[in-house]
Amino acid sequence: MIDVRGLRFTWPGAERDCVAIDSLTVPDGSSLFLYGPSGCGKSTLLGLMAGVLLPSDGSVSLMGTAWSTLSGARRDAFRADHVGYIFQQFNLLPYLSLLDNVLLPCRFSAVRRERSAKDGASPTAAAQHLLRQVGLHESLWERPAAQLSVGQQQRVAAARALIGRPEVVIADEPTSALDAALRDGFMDLLLGECRASGSTLVFVSHDERLALRFDAQVSLAEINRAAVDGPRVGAAP
Amino acid sequence: MKPMLMIAWRSAWNRRSTLSLVVFSVALSTLLLLGFERIRTDVRDNFSQSVSGTDLIVGARTGSVQLMLYAVFRVGGATNNIRMDSLRDIAKHRAVDWVVPMSLGDSHRGFPVLATTKDYFSRFLYGDREALVLAQGRPFDGTLQGLYDAVIGAEVADALGYRLGQHLTLSHGSGAIPGGEHADKPFTVVGILARTGTPVDRTLHISLEAMEAIHLDWVGGAPMPGVKILPQDARKFDLAPKQVTAALIGLKNRVAVFAVQRAVADYPGEALMAVLPGVALDELWDVVGVGERALLGMSAMVAIVSLAGLIAVVLAGLNERRRELAVLRAVGAAPRHVLFMLAAEGGFVTLLGVGLGVMATVVMILAAGPWLQVRFGIGLKLAPPTPEQWLLLAAVVAAGFLASLVPGWRAYRMSLADGLSPKT
Repeated sequence: MIDVRGLRFTWPGAERDCVAIDSLTVPDGSSLFLYGPSGCGKSTLLGLMAGVLLPSDGSVSLMGTAWSTLSGARRDAFRADHVGYIFQQFNLLPYLSLLDNVLLPCRFSAVRRERSAKDGASPTAAAQHLLRQVGLHESLWERPAAQLSVGQQQRVAAARALIGRPEVVIADEPTSALDAALRDGFMDLLLGECRASGSTLVFVSHDERLALRFDAQVSLAEINRAAVDGPRVGAAP
Repeated sequence: MKPMLMIAWRSAWNRRSTLSLVVFSVALSTLLLLGFERIRTDVRDNFSQSVSGTDLIVGARTGSVQLMLYAVFRVGGATNNIRMDSLRDIAKHRAVDWVVPMSLGDSHRGFPVLATTKDYFSRFLYGDREALVLAQGRPFDGTLQGLYDAVIGAEVADALGYRLGQHLTLSHGSGAIPGGEHADKPFTVVGILARTGTPVDRTLHISLEAMEAIHLDWVGGAPMPGVKILPQDARKFDLAPKQVTAALIGLKNRVAVFAVQRAVADYPGEALMAVLPGVALDELWDVVGVGERALLGMSAMVAIVSLAGLIAVVLAGLNERRRELAVLRAVGAAPRHVLFMLAAEGGFVTLLGVGLGVMATVVMILAAGPWLQVRFGIGLKLAPPTPEQWLLLAAVVAAGFLASLVPGWRAYRMSLADGLSPKT
């Protein structure tokens, strides 16, 4: 469960808040579609949820633990154990094979290593299973990630975010570099795999056509009072 | 940390073209620093070994530096000559093994002329007790037959293009006075010495008797008017020198060096002094050592510039790694993991570079050493690093290592935030 309470965040040196959200709750195992125009604080909110940024006021909690109560090193460890992250693009280390890329979280988190070992016979078996699930053929597994297409790379990123079944998966516009056909396939497998592993999914996009596939939809422009107060370019669609 | 090593290796291999630049830069810095330091040390050694195997240098009483200047470096002049009789008395001292008298004062086209005995060629040692070697010809033999024979140093031969059989005439004094030529008594080059890197290279050697012969019809520094003694006739005169400028002395046992020095200083017949060449050369180096300090300053500058270049190359590679470090942080690598990876790479790359640099230095010394010896008389030795060189090597390694940690520091500060907004 992700719980946001009385959150205020101001970038150092900025005069006004970037994010101001009174309350936002994402129940365990549910999926949330977070949308809004660019500049409304989406990436900042994700940073706060992933514990990369700490709120100026209020709290952001994951599974009942507020990020601000943890030390820097504990935050890193907590994130490695419980959060899978998918970037918009450039998710992979180009010099590692697909399989090694998927296995990366298991190298840094004992929790996810053990859980993935429970899922498959070993972390490697779990990774292979996930790669198969996201539709990447066995012949690609030992290839360096740099040789993949963008669509394939995003699917590897999804597999990596899901290995060891983290409680929370955060995806920051992962489909923006994909065309329509790839996008739908990617959404299917991401939602399906999150449901299968029971992970809570927070998905950020400005593409509202995807919204209906999620359990809940939130317009960040509406709940972020800092964005409402600020100058807005055009109207929200 | 083991998985980090694997990732670090794969990452480094992926950037091998950039990293080979860094390795090259480190190697170059190392080569420059070591080479420069080597030359600096060897120039100093060469200087302090301008004369070796000689235990004492005897001359008229003056400053020890001044005595060294004219007796070894042929610079300046003696204030007073010393009598041959005095030298004969000193030679009788039971600790004295040999005495080689030297007479200076004349010149040939700016190069100093040294009159001495034929023993000079076997007794005079330089460097690490190396004897003079004739590149061509033979030494003068000290007989009347070979009275007008000359043996020239390597630089004299090179600069003036002289070969064996070349005829030359000497100038009186430094050659500054017009008409002060010993033009009537030409010499023949019979030997050319191999290069030594010492003042010997710039010297023309003749016998003491020849020195007497060319001055038979001179008095007070000018030709005697109306008197002319033909070269062949000079052989009929008593050519045994009465006075010389200085003498090299070798002892049977070095332990007696201070006793002999005191005996020379206390010599009742005339005011003499004896200096230990090593000590006097060190004193002299303090005077001319400004040059060494300049070299040291240049060494330091080379060090700073090459280390700055090294840091610049490492930092330039940082940008291409920002995304990589962000991905690593996002999949759970803690700052210490990232730092370890960067440190391992930095350490490996720097050590590899330093290793290559040391190898390149060895190759350079082996390849260019003989050429430098012949061309400039600087004998570069392949020696284990001096303490200063170890310090320089350590500085290079430390600088490379620290430079490689700078990205680590920046990664700690911002890599995750970077990764979360990868558009920037």
